[in-house]
Amino acid sequence: MSEALKNQVAAVLNEPACATNRSKDDAARKKGCTKQLTPGAAAGGCAFDGAMIALQPVTDVAHLVHAPLACWGNGYDNRGSASSGSDLYRTGFTTDLSELEIVMGQGEKKLFRAIREVIEQQSPAAVFVYSTCTTALVGDDIVPVCKAAAERFGTPVIPIDVPGYVGSKNLGNKLAGEALFKYVVGTMEPEVSTPYDINIIGDFNLSGELWQVKPLLDKLGIRILGSVAGDARYAQIAKMHRARVTMLVCSKALINMARRLEETYGIPFFEGSFYGISDTSAAIRTLCAMLVERGAPADLIDRAEALIAEEEACARAALEPFRPRVAGKRVLLYTGGHKSWSVVSALQELGMEVVGTSVRKATEEDKTRIAEIMGTEAHMFENMAPRDMYAALRAARADVLMSGGRSQFVALKARVPWVDVNQEKHEPYAGYMGMVNLLDAIDRAINNPLWADLRTPAPWDAPPAPAAPVTPLDLSAMAGTRADFEDC
Amino acid sequence: MTRITHPDRALSTNPLKVSAPLGAAMAYLGIERAIPLFHGAQGCTAFAMVHLVRHFKEAIPLQTTAMNEVSAILGGGEQIEEAIENLRKRANPRFIGIASTALTETRGEDVAGELRAMLARREDFADTRVVYAATPDFHGGLEEGWARAVEAIIDAMVPETAAGPRLPAQVNLLPGSHLTPAEVEAIADLVRAFGLDPIVLPDLTDSLDGHLAEDWSGCSLGGTPLARIPLMAQSGATIAIGEAMRPAAERLARRGGAAHVLQTPIGLRATDAFVAALMEIAGTRDVPARLKRDRARLQDACLDAHFHTAGLKVALGAEPDLAAALGQAMVAMGAQIVAAVSTTSTAATAQIPAEQVLLGDLGDLERLIPETGAKMLITHAQGRMMAERLHVAHLRAGFPIFDRLGAQDVCRVLYAGSRAFYYEVANLVLSHPHRPAPEDFGALPIDEEFTHAPAPSARH
Repeated sequence: MSEALKNQVAAVLNEPACATNRSKDDAARKKGCTKQLTPGAAAGGCAFDGAMIALQPVTDVAHLVHAPLACWGNGYDNRGSASSGSDLYRTGFTTDLSELEIVMGQGEKKLFRAIREVIEQQSPAAVFVYSTCTTALVGDDIVPVCKAAAERFGTPVIPIDVPGYVGSKNLGNKLAGEALFKYVVGTMEPEVSTPYDINIIGDFNLSGELWQVKPLLDKLGIRILGSVAGDARYAQIAKMHRARVTMLVCSKALINMARRLEETYGIPFFEGSFYGISDTSAAIRTLCAMLVERGAPADLIDRAEALIAEEEACARAALEPFRPRVAGKRVLLYTGGHKSWSVVSALQELGMEVVGTSVRKATEEDKTRIAEIMGTEAHMFENMAPRDMYAALRAARADVLMSGGRSQFVALKARVPWVDVNQEKHEPYAGYMGMVNLLDAIDRAINNPLWADLRTPAPWDAPPAPAAPVTPLDLSAMAGTRADFEDC
Repeated sequence: MTRITHPDRALSTNPLKVSAPLGAAMAYLGIERAIPLFHGAQGCTAFAMVHLVRHFKEAIPLQTTAMNEVSAILGGGEQIEEAIENLRKRANPRFIGIASTALTETRGEDVAGELRAMLARREDFADTRVVYAATPDFHGGLEEGWARAVEAIIDAMVPETAAGPRLPAQVNLLPGSHLTPAEVEAIADLVRAFGLDPIVLPDLTDSLDGHLAEDWSGCSLGGTPLARIPLMAQSGATIAIGEAMRPAAERLARRGGAAHVLQTPIGLRATDAFVAALMEIAGTRDVPARLKRDRARLQDACLDAHFHTAGLKVALGAEPDLAAALGQAMVAMGAQIVAAVSTTSTAATAQIPAEQVLLGDLGDLERLIPETGAKMLITHAQGRMMAERLHVAHLRAGFPIFDRLGAQDVCRVLYAGSRAFYYEVANLVLSHPHRPAPEDFGALPIDEEFTHAPAPSARH
């Protein structure tokens, strides 16, 4: 790893704005926040993957991956980030290095040519160039290549130095944020500036989730100036230094970027979530209060309260029809954890029982909150081994699993309904109406007649023994595992 | 509870129904060395033949008694005699299946009586079986015509009292008109796998399966062996698939052997019921290992496909047996039949899992799709125009399918076929991806100032 990259990784791991980091002693902080991976028991993306997750939703940029085929050939166009403009971000561009090119050290030259070709063919707003394990290992230095290409072709060419081996997906997110801050933020000025300009960091507009929230902001006159990177244009990142407030959505991963915007440009930030009714309202309240503090007219707060009252009433009325269809159903939640408490409370409001929720990425504060809502800590768990989860679901100790794609088949093979609540999902669940979509998805999943048919024994099997009483889910009886197989 | 209603109007727009004589012709084509013969004007035959040719992509030996102005008034008995004589000369069929049409039925000809007298007189016709079914165009559709033809064959050729001992392992299999040749073959194969010997009536598996024959035939290219039809009186049991085949099954039951009228085996539950019936008939709890694997694979396919079928709003237009079978298979996967149109009111019509079934046409479906927000249309090829106009996914099912190849090869029955069907449905959903846009959510568009205006691409 180059000296520059090594220093950057160390700096990123020592994130002062991170509460978890602050609570550590000096020795622990020096070790950084990356857990050592366990060979043979790891499942999750690398730093390159993390950078892509953060940046690929920038729609009008050509994302060019400097690598042999696997890094991007196996990965392009695999996400549900929606665009209202260019489709360029979905096209997979890579240098596809061959053996000979690697051995002969022709990587940098090929990269330069590839940048020229992609600019000529696609006229992108910018080119993001990603380094990867192989190209970093053989010493290809993408930074000067990008600099030379940008000067030569008159289009921004941004180096994203994130070889996969430097660490986890989370680290990759952070390194991507660093690159944006270093090379893009502040390079353009907005045509107009309003006291209602905000940045949203950490929302990726999956299935249009940002647009589910945007009408609320539209009604209040709030403009999304900067976005990393839901339905984002390159110019929105270049101009984000002129926003009044930054909202950091559901993610500690890009906290470094929010902090740097605050330190350098005086833009305060807060962490909020658009998942769940109460979280959405809280986020709007905080956002408006902060905008007013930064000079927006004070009536914004009253308008926000009126909007919240109206939207909450509307959402609750829309949710009510689902109550008889979902009440009494037992949910097992397996998500990152810190974004789950607001959803938990909404599900409980409709009479559903949350029998367990993972708190893998939750802070101590989040855990306290979840324990408060659920009345006990007994239903919180860290990681659950797939076999344990399968056994619990097969024994019908939950009626539905809500999780990310990797545990999907654990539920399905156990003949239990599954609702996707992670980044690969195909439906938007953000804001007030998002909760209605989520309940609709839960309803469709658990009330599908398919499950009864699936559990019916085959004609050649003897009729089943009378069903044994279902034992409740006992999380403490499970050994747990170090491996985080749902690394979201 | 399904409500069956007739639309209150005089005009039929884009009919769903296919005529009954055509159904009878299709059934007759499933008999060995057969030629179907329409008793009517030659146009009746021409339209039906074009329909059959476009669907099966085969030469169809459909003939006509070519009623003219004189015979339409004075009676067509002589036309039939002449037609049989000519057909025997030109194609040497062993079986001629006559289907009446609206013209001859309106005239009120006693074809059956005249035919009896004529055949008694013409001993030289003895080596050609002639069967007659009354199938006026104005009564029922393809399903009814097919069923009437099968009943006519049984009446004419299966003796009331069996000539030999009961054969417990021999089973009569009466497939409905809604099954493709490939589906009949799959079902017959399964029956054989249980150690049973099926007599399939009619049997399209080798007559309209689409194969290149060594010689020009002029008759059907395969079908139920004529010699086996009388043996049906000795079978241990009869399996009929679809409600339309119930009268035929009851006729055979009167000749001995229990009749089972089974649901079309599409979907897990219906196939389970079908297999359970076969186990009962065969008296075994042992099933082929292949079947167990196929069931487990269908279960897995259901899991994978259900994400795309759950909540899917479907508009369905098909004759009753097909509509009931496909409708139930879809509903079992969480889909909703929000609009249903069928042709006639039968026991199967009441089994179509929709609140209301309209005995109407494709024009009704075209009106109902926007009203109900249906996203998928399941009907025959004539639905393609509305599917294009309304931008809905179109799953082709029924007859005719003239704008796709291999209609005879589609197999949606039993565990394996149901798996293919669910994949087909899910893939159709996936091929019409919904691309979210800001306005879907009531959001304003992103400010113009952020949009990158690409330079015109460089020339080399």
